[in-house]
Amino acid sequence: MNAQLDGVDEPADRKREERREFHSYVCGIGLALLLTVVPFALVHWFPAIPRFSLLILIGAFALVQMLVHFRFFLHIGFKQKREDLQLLLFSGLLLTIMVGGTIWIMASLALRMAMPGQP
Amino acid sequence: MSIVADSGGPFLGRLSLHSLPFWDMLQHPTMSNIINGIIATGAASLVVIGALVVIALLTKYKLWRPLWSDWVTSTDHKKIGIMYIVIALVMLTRALIEAVLMRAQQAVGLHGGFLSPDHFAQLFSTHGTIMIFFMAMPFLTGVINYVMPMQIGARDVSFPVLNSISLGLTAAGAALVMVSLVIGKFSTGGWFGYPPYTEATFSPGVGPDYWIWALSLAGLASTLTGINFAVTIYKERAPGMKLMRMPLFTWTALCTAILMIFAMPPLTVATSQLALDRYLGFHYFTNALGGNMMNFANLFWLFGHPEVYILILPAFGVYSEVIATFSGKALFGYRSLVMATMAIAILSFTVWLHHFFTMGQNANINAVFGIASMLIGIPTGVKIYDWMLTMFRGRVRFTTPMVYSIGFILLFVLGGMSGILLANPTIDYQVHNTVFLVAHFHNVAVPGVLFGMLTAYHFWFPKAFGFRLNERWGIISALCWIFGFMGAFFPLYALGIMGLPRRTVAYAQARYVPLEWVAFLGALLLLAALLALLWQLWISIRDRDANRVFVGDPWDGRSLEWSNSAPPPEYNFAVIPSVQGRDAFTMAKENHSAYERPDTYKDIELPKNSAMGLVIAALGFALAFGLVWHIWWLVIAALLAVIASMIVRGFARDTTRLVSAQEVRREHHRWIDAVAAATAVSRANECKTVNVGLAQHQANGVVP
Amino acid sequence: MSQDVMKHPGLNLGPAHGSDDDAAQGMIFGFWVFLMSDAILFGMVFATYVTSLSTHALAGGPGPHDLYNIKSVFIETLLLLASSFTFGMASLALKYKHGKARLVGWMLVTLVLGLGFLGFELHDIFGMFAKGGVPSRSGFLSAFFDLVPLHGLHVTAGCVWLICLVGQIARYGLDTKTKLGIMRLALFWHFLDIIWIAIFTVVYLGGLA
Repeated sequence: MNAQLDGVDEPADRKREERREFHSYVCGIGLALLLTVVPFALVHWFPAIPRFSLLILIGAFALVQMLVHFRFFLHIGFKQKREDLQLLLFSGLLLTIMVGGTIWIMASLALRMAMPGQP
Repeated sequence: MSIVADSGGPFLGRLSLHSLPFWDMLQHPTMSNIINGIIATGAASLVVIGALVVIALLTKYKLWRPLWSDWVTSTDHKKIGIMYIVIALVMLTRALIEAVLMRAQQAVGLHGGFLSPDHFAQLFSTHGTIMIFFMAMPFLTGVINYVMPMQIGARDVSFPVLNSISLGLTAAGAALVMVSLVIGKFSTGGWFGYPPYTEATFSPGVGPDYWIWALSLAGLASTLTGINFAVTIYKERAPGMKLMRMPLFTWTALCTAILMIFAMPPLTVATSQLALDRYLGFHYFTNALGGNMMNFANLFWLFGHPEVYILILPAFGVYSEVIATFSGKALFGYRSLVMATMAIAILSFTVWLHHFFTMGQNANINAVFGIASMLIGIPTGVKIYDWMLTMFRGRVRFTTPMVYSIGFILLFVLGGMSGILLANPTIDYQVHNTVFLVAHFHNVAVPGVLFGMLTAYHFWFPKAFGFRLNERWGIISALCWIFGFMGAFFPLYALGIMGLPRRTVAYAQARYVPLEWVAFLGALLLLAALLALLWQLWISIRDRDANRVFVGDPWDGRSLEWSNSAPPPEYNFAVIPSVQGRDAFTMAKENHSAYERPDTYKDIELPKNSAMGLVIAALGFALAFGLVWHIWWLVIAALLAVIASMIVRGFARDTTRLVSAQEVRREHHRWIDAVAAATAVSRANECKTVNVGLAQHQANGVVP
Repeated sequence: MSQDVMKHPGLNLGPAHGSDDDAAQGMIFGFWVFLMSDAILFGMVFATYVTSLSTHALAGGPGPHDLYNIKSVFIETLLLLASSFTFGMASLALKYKHGKARLVGWMLVTLVLGLGFLGFELHDIFGMFAKGGVPSRSGFLSAFFDLVPLHGLHVTAGCVWLICLVGQIARYGLDTKTKLGIMRLALFWHFLDIIWIAIFTVVYLGGLA
């Protein structure tokens, strides 16, 4: 293997890639911290916000933070192989069906069996 | 003496003389205790004597060393596949005997019968647990293990040692169920073990614990197997083997693997939560302190429904291969079969609620899941038509696998129809928990899964062992299975509509009796079918020299697993084949590129043998046994040993060995010489001794 | 330019690592499949927890407001976030061949942060025990003690694995198997961080909101 012929192996390119990937981690930790601190602050210091709105809000923050982690820490982008992307999307679909379905069914049962929700 | 009888103390946990099957009979010799004690002791003796006979035979024929080095430490996917199937056949025998016993009890069950309710409950619980987890699952895992890597032109699965570990865990689970015959009692809570009945309050004995840990071992094994198969199919295909060129069996193997990966976790959650309830006083499913047993039903069927498709999809794959091969035609509607398989795999995750329509959720939810359940009928129907159209204008040869396949098509359609009925919540409310349901799921499970696996066994046996099975006894056995099935289960449809609840040890209505007797006779025919199968194996081994098919293609096969010798070399292919299209081996035969002598050979890297599977099997069994009997020192020791063995394995390097190019060349040339010396046989003679595994070329559907 | 299609999800070693990069493809894909299976496992435990948020399941026992300690959870979150970043640094040290010392250094920092997280979590759990929040008290507490300690057990397994990998580096250097081990552990670690996002949001913040 002649490393010089292989464009990727040239030291300058490698350096650039390394810097880019380092920045990706820094960016990731920065965003993650922001997305963590805000919901904690909301829950801790703003109890006046109606509970339902608050739940929606922190749920949205969590979803965005998960995407940030997938993007910057796990390096999931649009350059994946087809099977890799399929795997992730299929898992997401099943997780939605299974968790969503469970909550739907059990909530209906709780309602009809007079097992009231949290006061 | 009495202390020993009551409790084993800290060293033996709950283990005591009470745990022996004949203890009750000796202490309280009532008539019922004596009959049930004799049956239980007889079963336990069979297990013990069977084990002793195996040990004696191994010793007599000095087979311990080959057993160790060629089998239990082997990482060869073919050996592992065969061992899975051996487990499946042993467990099939036990569970079928149990089924006959249950039918006998119900035949005489008007106001009584000979089995105690407790004993009967153990029988249906073990029957179901074994048939699903230790018969069907090992059987299909074994068949996929054997066939799939060769169909895609690979040397082995992606993770051979993990494969061996999966086998070990399955074997440990099966052993645990077998040990429950000898020591203690198995669960009486059915194969799905619903709490709160299986909670410590109502079932304080070891039964549910046996069930929990046997399932945990089997479930873990299946998850790992699923990962292994999926990665193998995605990453180990031979060059040119695009996804849409894969044989249909490999497609179904892929979908089953994906279902295993995603459907096993809910089972793990359900059983581990039940274990936490029983062992540590948690309240997931208890009646008291905020438990909710309906959660268990939901979790269990989140696993349970995909599970039935885990079972049936590989069988569909087998039928696809067999029907195409024995009709001498390419599979009709390949693309639609692939699409149907994928559709079934995804839909199978959207229908779990139909197992508990009557639990009390609102009608909209029932409607949604009812409609989703009926939708599965569409892709399944597509498949049935594809198979029939594959046979259409083909020259169909009625060999044993084909007899099973045609029996399957006829019977499975009926089972599917009764399934569509049950998918309608309003009908389900009428017949749920009756034997109508028992008839339905046996009608899809027996002709679907069991026939499928037996078809696979007959179809690929010559490949695995190098000689054909006896055809005459094969057909006798197949017909016994088909007619025995009809006799045993068609009456249950009627009985279910007449109102006979499932799992009843005795009943009070005389009008059930005639149909119960028909069902019992059907069950006897099923037992005859099993005996015929074993007899066939015996005489086939006896006559093996006359039926050799070393050249390796006895049925004029279409996919790559037929393109090597029978049995194949441990590395499968001397040179990895390059694939040009679907039905790769048929294409090669047509282009006259099959059976070539390559110019150069390369060294082949294979995984070394590993004792890891055996170690994990032993430790897994010890861990589970300790947990069942509350022998805490054993639990801790086994757990630590499992962790230690995994760490040590992490430090292992040098895990591969080389087969030299000369050796590959020698073995390959020996086979090619045999091919050259062989006379090609026409399809008319494929079941005669002239068939040495070289097929005469035939155009599509035409026999020369 | 960097590689057009990644060989597998996650940080790729890249062509500079030669055959190790090729070996990673199947192994890392397999590990991803395992992670997705594990994600379903967590998903079902989450579903159990959410369906146990009822007065029926609380059974008159202590609830989220009585038991959860937001400060402690915040510290745990920061520790875990920081450990994800430090493992990222370890991955870069592996990929760009900064030498064993730097790699092991970052890994050990990660280990310390992970152990710190576990310490705080144990402290929380014992605090809950002291307030009568034991798993056998109610269905709700059972569900809590399935979910949070399950994540904790995963972190513990990750720590043990990390120590083993450091041992393997010491024994064999950076051979193929060690490299693939570090890459898989990195994925595992980042994955557990994502699970933790769901835990602090659904369990703690959702419970206290």
